[in-house]
Amino acid sequence: MEPVMNIDGLSTEFFTEEGTVRAVDNVSFKIGRGETVCIVGESGCGKSVTAMSVMGLVEEPGGRVTGGRIGFQGEDLLRLDKNSLRSIRGHEIAMIFQEPMSSLNPVMKIGEQIMEPLSVHLKMNKKQARSRAIELITQVGISRPEQIMGSYPHELSGGMLQRIMIAIAVSCSPKLLIADEPTTALDVTIQAQILDLLRGLKEDSGMSILLITHDLGVVAEMADYVIVMYSGQIVEEGGVVELFQNPQHPYTRGLLKSKPVMGQRLEELYSIPGQVPSPLALTPSCYFHDRCGHCMPVCRTRQPLLKETGNGQKVSCWLYEEAELYV
Amino acid sequence: MATDIRVKEIEGIRPGLRKSSLMRQSLRRLMHNKLAVAGFAVVVLMFVLCFIGPFFSPYTDNKINMAFMNKPPSLKHWLGTDALGRDILTRVMQAGRISLTVGLASMLLSVFLGSLLGAIAGYYGGLLDQIIMRIADLLMTIPGLPLLFIFGALLSEWKIPTDYRMYIVMLMLSIVNWPGLARMVRGQMLSLREREFMQAAVVLGLRDRRKLLHHLLPNIVPLLIVMATLNIGGAILSESVLSFFGLGVMPPTPTWGNMIDAANNILDFQNRPWLWIPPGLSIFATVIAINIFGDGLRDVLDPKQKR
Amino acid sequence: MSEALLEVKHLKKYFPVKQGLLGRTAGHVKAVDDVSITLRPGETFGLVGESGSGKSTVGRTILRLTDKTDGEVRFKGTDIHSLSAAEMRLIRPQMQLIFQDPYSALNPRIRIGDAIGEALLDHGLCTKAEVRSLVLEALEACGLSAYHIDRFPHEFSGGQRQRIGIARALILNPDLIVADEPVSALDVSIQAQIINLFSRLQQSKGLAYLFISHDLSVVEHLCTSIGVMYLGSIVETATRDELFLHPLHPYTKALLSAVPVPVPRLKRERIVLTGDIPSPANPPSGCKFHTRCPFALEVCKAEIPLLRDAGAGHLVACHLA
Repeated sequence: MEPVMNIDGLSTEFFTEEGTVRAVDNVSFKIGRGETVCIVGESGCGKSVTAMSVMGLVEEPGGRVTGGRIGFQGEDLLRLDKNSLRSIRGHEIAMIFQEPMSSLNPVMKIGEQIMEPLSVHLKMNKKQARSRAIELITQVGISRPEQIMGSYPHELSGGMLQRIMIAIAVSCSPKLLIADEPTTALDVTIQAQILDLLRGLKEDSGMSILLITHDLGVVAEMADYVIVMYSGQIVEEGGVVELFQNPQHPYTRGLLKSKPVMGQRLEELYSIPGQVPSPLALTPSCYFHDRCGHCMPVCRTRQPLLKETGNGQKVSCWLYEEAELYV
Repeated sequence: MATDIRVKEIEGIRPGLRKSSLMRQSLRRLMHNKLAVAGFAVVVLMFVLCFIGPFFSPYTDNKINMAFMNKPPSLKHWLGTDALGRDILTRVMQAGRISLTVGLASMLLSVFLGSLLGAIAGYYGGLLDQIIMRIADLLMTIPGLPLLFIFGALLSEWKIPTDYRMYIVMLMLSIVNWPGLARMVRGQMLSLREREFMQAAVVLGLRDRRKLLHHLLPNIVPLLIVMATLNIGGAILSESVLSFFGLGVMPPTPTWGNMIDAANNILDFQNRPWLWIPPGLSIFATVIAINIFGDGLRDVLDPKQKR
Repeated sequence: MSEALLEVKHLKKYFPVKQGLLGRTAGHVKAVDDVSITLRPGETFGLVGESGSGKSTVGRTILRLTDKTDGEVRFKGTDIHSLSAAEMRLIRPQMQLIFQDPYSALNPRIRIGDAIGEALLDHGLCTKAEVRSLVLEALEACGLSAYHIDRFPHEFSGGQRQRIGIARALILNPDLIVADEPVSALDVSIQAQIINLFSRLQQSKGLAYLFISHDLSVVEHLCTSIGVMYLGSIVETATRDELFLHPLHPYTKALLSAVPVPVPRLKRERIVLTGDIPSPANPPSGCKFHTRCPFALEVCKAEIPLLRDAGAGHLVACHLA
């Protein structure tokens, strides 16, 4: 089946005072219809920048998408003009952010903000938009929709606002929903509600979800397919069950081991030594080499490529490229 | 805006690569601002001209030479002479000494007063804060220039000797200027006091003196530098205005203001532009250069104020 | 059983809600409402709860960063809220705080070495000549290097900054460390490093921690006993094993089941709570949890359940348990 989105060789750079930072480095992946793809990684790994690049939110002079292709419905989003991009954004691809409060206009009533995309993208009249908005608010699990329509963002809690954001995002029945750390700012009990809601919406509408998160627990609960990023690159990807059962990249393994899990009592947690390398000081090497327990000479001098290892998994690590090791 | 956040994040994870002081970093960024550098160059040039220039001049500022009255610029007198045959160039340079000194000194005094009172008000709060800030408010409700005029008129009334007038003018300017600074410093103090690192200082059980001098003050210095720089320009302008109205420093001591005042008649204005253009241009160039430099400083030291 | 290091008894902290032009007090936010905690040397007490539960306020009141409304905080037997400011200052080195956001807790204009050493000097706990070697020792104990000493906070990564914060507390040789969400701002791999650092330091120095967190898996890993807070009150408190194996309060059960577990396609029985946490300014009547409790009865709306012993020091405040 034709994937909803096909990202090929995406690279995004930021221009800082100290130099150019390649935040996303040659990233390729596909999102199938009705599939949830999770990008997981630590801060600075490029997971959010990937999402922003897809949404066309990387703007000069701060940064620029420097290469690649974002295929969506037979078109390359990177080559679309502003107007066509705007009509796709918020309509066929929607996005929700970590901080719902900052993405809502504080001086506009919730109702108006939900109705706005309905009238802009779907050309509904006021009455239609209003009844659809009420429908949407009910759909995201909020009772008393009429009252919510008339309130301002600051009157609602973080969990409510995130529901409203989701209502706005799904209002135009998008084919793809990009969710950037949608539950990070929320409490666990509220997080559970929001994740349930997202799962339910996906099942009902068949939309695809690109979920960006740092929480492996959330990944395990939500994902069909997982992409692990490190220093701007994909180091491993695969189906969720395979990846959690048989993680191959030392980073993925370390990540899974270093998370304390309820019910598992350990004297000491496993921890990956060191820290993420400076994005300004990257040399051609495996970017993980100085934190890796299996580091070999080749890891310091050459970059491994993302290769299929069977089971539908792909990994970029010299451990899995025996043939080339001694070249 | 969203990209800004990301860039910050990327910078955030950058482990320190080299040892560098904050001031040096700021300086490096300042050097990138061409306009600010140019402004600074003009200010330095003005200072050098005014303080060193007169030593190379064959004339003195008050030497009267009736044979050379009101001469236009020539090789002998590059900027001409005035009604008493005094060399304009020498006088402009001498005047600059006075004007720049007055500007600098009154700035120092008002920064001292303003930051001290503002810091006390902001840090201790309560009644002290109320008293200081009400006095500041009172001074700020009276427009600055009329207040200075009244002071100036009083000085003339009391027949203060000319030599002292310069110092008193400095004092007057500081009295008018400190409330604005105090208010700013107080605001800064109030917001700093709520910052988490001040809570940390409480948890560590640090003494008040240490909290004030080591934690709060260094965080206000950048703002003070910027305010002080911009303040010099204002002080120079105010002094010139006062002197122009004959209420500041008195002739024969030259200042840029009273030199223009000397050409304050239609005959001199129309026929002898060399009398008023050089001091006027000096004021203009100095103040504009200081303000441009100050703006540059602000962008570097106090990025939040940036438009 | 050794003497308690910290004893918090019926601690209350109410914030007045001002209203109108005249700043009339219209009511109170009961941020902390009758909380009791006992902590012995070398132990870790975990305080768990969602935002608005008042767990951070408990920590701050224990350290007297804010004044209490009622109750008692005894540190080594002394009621610290009755001390004068000067006495309080002298006792402060013994009870330290680790902040959630290590960056904002560090003065951006003070070099790391000075930030760590200044309290020692200010309290006269060492001489100027000794301070550098002590700072180096603390840096090393927290996994930092000697060359970090002259750097500024912005030159460090989040994990390193948290290490700096820990070193700054540690150098004073405290007996109690209140850690307010110390790892929640950090990445997973760094989180593990810091958690290990916490347990290592506890073993080598016999520190007692009051560990405030919303993350149950971290709390389970570190804490000897745990209190669960909801809207200002502790609803359940027990030793770690008791609490995780036999949670009694429905809120605790819901919290436990809401934590995502990194095992895909795991079928768990889950108690999904409906609705939001009510505002602490206007808490529900009776049991504060009844608005979200899936098992609420009529009695829950009317009567406030008291914390009672369900055996072996396992306290729970619920009509049903």
